[in-house]
Order: sequence, then C-alpha cells, then structure tokens
Amino acid sequence: MEKQIAAPLTDRDIESLEAGDKVLINGVIYTGRDAAHKRLVETLERGEDLPVDLQGQIIYYVGPCPAKPGDPIGSAGPTTSGRMDVYTPTMLEVGLRGMIGKGNRSDEVVEAIKEYKGVYLLAIGGAGALLAKCVNKAEVVAYEELGPEAIFRLEVEDFPVVVGVDAAGNDIYVKGREEYAR
Amino acid sequence: MRELDVEQVKETVSDLCVQANYHLPGDVLEVLQRAADEEEESPVGREVLELIIDNAETAADEKMPICQDTGSAVIFLDIGQDVHFVGGDLEEAINRGVAEGYERGYLRKSMTEDPFERDNTGDNTPAIIHTQIVPGDQVKIALAPKGGGAENMSAARGLTPADGPDGVKDFVVDTVSSAGSNPCPPIVVGVGVGSTLEKAVLLAKKSLLRPLRQPHPREHIAELERQTLAAVNDLGIGPQGLGGRTTALAVHIEPHSSHIASLLAAVNIQCHAARHAEAIL
Repeated sequence: MEKQIAAPLTDRDIESLEAGDKVLINGVIYTGRDAAHKRLVETLERGEDLPVDLQGQIIYYVGPCPAKPGDPIGSAGPTTSGRMDVYTPTMLEVGLRGMIGKGNRSDEVVEAIKEYKGVYLLAIGGAGALLAKCVNKAEVVAYEELGPEAIFRLEVEDFPVVVGVDAAGNDIYVKGREEYAR
Repeated sequence: MRELDVEQVKETVSDLCVQANYHLPGDVLEVLQRAADEEEESPVGREVLELIIDNAETAADEKMPICQDTGSAVIFLDIGQDVHFVGGDLEEAINRGVAEGYERGYLRKSMTEDPFERDNTGDNTPAIIHTQIVPGDQVKIALAPKGGGAENMSAARGLTPADGPDGVKDFVVDTVSSAGSNPCPPIVVGVGVGSTLEKAVLLAKKSLLRPLRQPHPREHIAELERQTLAAVNDLGIGPQGLGGRTTALAVHIEPHSSHIASLLAAVNIQCHAARHAEAIL
C-alpha cells in the first residue's frame, strides 16, 4: 500500500518514511540537475540569496523534454543522482529536505541525510512518459537560459516514488541487492 | 555510380530521430515481457518491469519520448562504395536532420558545445557519426539515441592474452557491479574484444544494435555471452537496482583479431530504453 505525502515536506512526514516504502507525492516540487546545482552552490559561496527558498522542499533531478502544445511538460523521468552528490550536503544545510532521482548516493550524502533528517526518493529511470502524466503544471522559476537544466516549479499529483535512503540512513539498494545476490 | 542527394539523408535522419525516441524496438519489448513473466523472481522487480513496458506503450500511443534523455544522436552510416553524394555536405546534412528531428519531435537537446564550458548547442547537434564503406550502391543509416546515465558507466581495459575469456567476463561483471543502479537496469551490455582500443570501444557500441539476445554465430563467443549474462545476473542488482534477477537483458560480445601482445576489452552499457531505428536509402 502506498503512503501519501504532501510537498513541501514536514519533519513528521519525513520521519514516517522507511527505505523501501512506496510513496505518492502531492504538491509542489522543484527541478534541478547538474548546471542548476552548480549555480546554486556558487550563489551561496558568494553569500547571495538563492532564487528559490529551499526550506522543506524537494528537488527532482530531471531535465524534462519540451512540452507539446497543450501539455504541461514533456517526458520527465529522473536522472542519475550521484552527479549531484558533491553539492547535496550544502543543499541540505540550507534547508532542502527531499531529493528525487535514481541511482546510488555517496557515503557523504547518506551522512548528510541523517544529520539534517532528509530523505532520498527514487523514481523509475526511463519511465519519463508515465511520470510526465503526474505533472499538472510546470513553470520555469530560475535559470531559463539553461534550457532543460533550468529550475522548474512543478505541481505534481500522485507522483510515484520509492524511499531510497530514509532519515535513519537505511539504503534500499544495499538491502535489495543483498537479498538477491548469489 | 549512383547519385544520392544529401537532402534525402537529412529527411531520413530527421524521421529516425523521432521514430527511435517514440518506439522501443519489438525485440526489446519481447525480452522485457519475458523477464517480467518468466524470469524475474523479485515481486518489486516484476512490478518495475511491467511499468517499463507500460511506459514504452504509453510513449508509442501518445507520440512522446520513452525517456526524457533523448540522448546523443549516435549514427552508423554504411555507405556503398558506388554511391556519390550530391547536393551538399553530407555531415552538415546529417546534423540538419538531427536538429530538425529533435525540434519537431519535442525531444530534449542534450549536447554541449564544449566539455568544460558546457553551453548547450540548442539543437542536439553535433551528431556522433561513424561511417563505414561497404560494397554496393545503397546507404544504411542506423540511429541509436544514447542516454548519458548509462554511457557514463561504460569502461575499457587492456587485459593480457593470458586473462582469456574469464578475464573478459570478470571485467564485465566488475563494470556492471560498480555501475549498480546508476545506468537504469535492466541493462544491455555491449562488449568489444580484441583489436585496438578505439576499435574495441566501437565494436562494443555496435553490438548494441544486434537483435536482443541473438547469440554470436561463433559458438565459443556465444557461450561466453551466456556465461557472462548469468554472472551479471547473479549480482542481484535487479530492475532499477531494487534487487532481483534481471540486472541485464542480454550480453552481446563482438570479437576482433588481436595483436599478439593484446587483449583489449570494452564495455558499453545501454539502459533498458535500448532505442534504435534504421533505414536503407
């Protein structure tokens, strides 16, 4: 049975999630991948304000396809999260609480997830057509010149994810692989 | 000598970009379905495989890309030696075809001008073009959009002749193991063995165009393909890395003559969206 959570996240919601749980997200999330993360961290290093307030927010690692006329967004599945690892502890430090992506995270990221009580959520890589159907509205809110790497504000409905790393640091990839390796 | 207008090449490339990104080939869908119905032991793994199939069917029905990473446009051109291209620059025509296809198909533009400065070229050019001159007066164009997540997990290594088939198998298993959940398993593993470094890498990529699970005609290579697939699937990574039996759908090995000192091996990892389309002009 799926759990329902609202975005942005509350501490209580995050604490209720365990690695392997199936979750449906409803609410507002932001997109951000390689180029946007680089700019966000550089903005913080200069001591300036971010273009988006990240308190309690979820960032979805995605660079969507262009929307066809009449659609809010094109195909929109997750990209490989590991490339964002170098930026993620800083993002969590300034208030980010959730990340949606696919693939392994570094030990440093898992430690930061535990320290700041965040959560890493997995969407199905390569299911961009299905996931696009869970997005009702998409608008660019920062870095428009980055094209697919701009930061979009997405309104999502029953967006399906699996908890990858929970706030206690449990990792579903480690557990899943151990069970079936031989 | 047959004359072929490069405009025809442009039109074909444009169509192939859209077709390859909207339609997963039938052989890939068939193997995914077999994995879901008969091979995968993990309930979560089966669920993921069904979703992947559902996604491919949705993309085809609604004319949208299977995956938002519509890839680098990798193009294999087999050019008959009796063909004479007219009407302009062949490479430029191919790139115009890519730009047009990615625009009208609402495909993502993922190419950057410079590897460090990273400004997007805005039209998914340049295409990655591999040409081969073959007998005849036809041109075969195969287009394989290649996503970044899986390509990043690929690798090449110089083994020694003494390492033999087991050395190649171990190298493939190591590469897939460290890639883990990153390249969107279940993956297809293309392996080039022998030759020189650049040729082994090219053979690895080319083997991904072979119909899925069609064994290599040489029996000892086919046997190595079977053994390597079994060893990869013993890793337990499973669909999307959530644990299971189906880490790879197939291992394709392309051997080549080798220098007496060398045993080069290259692994090209392809995500489950094993897209390609081809046309003959």
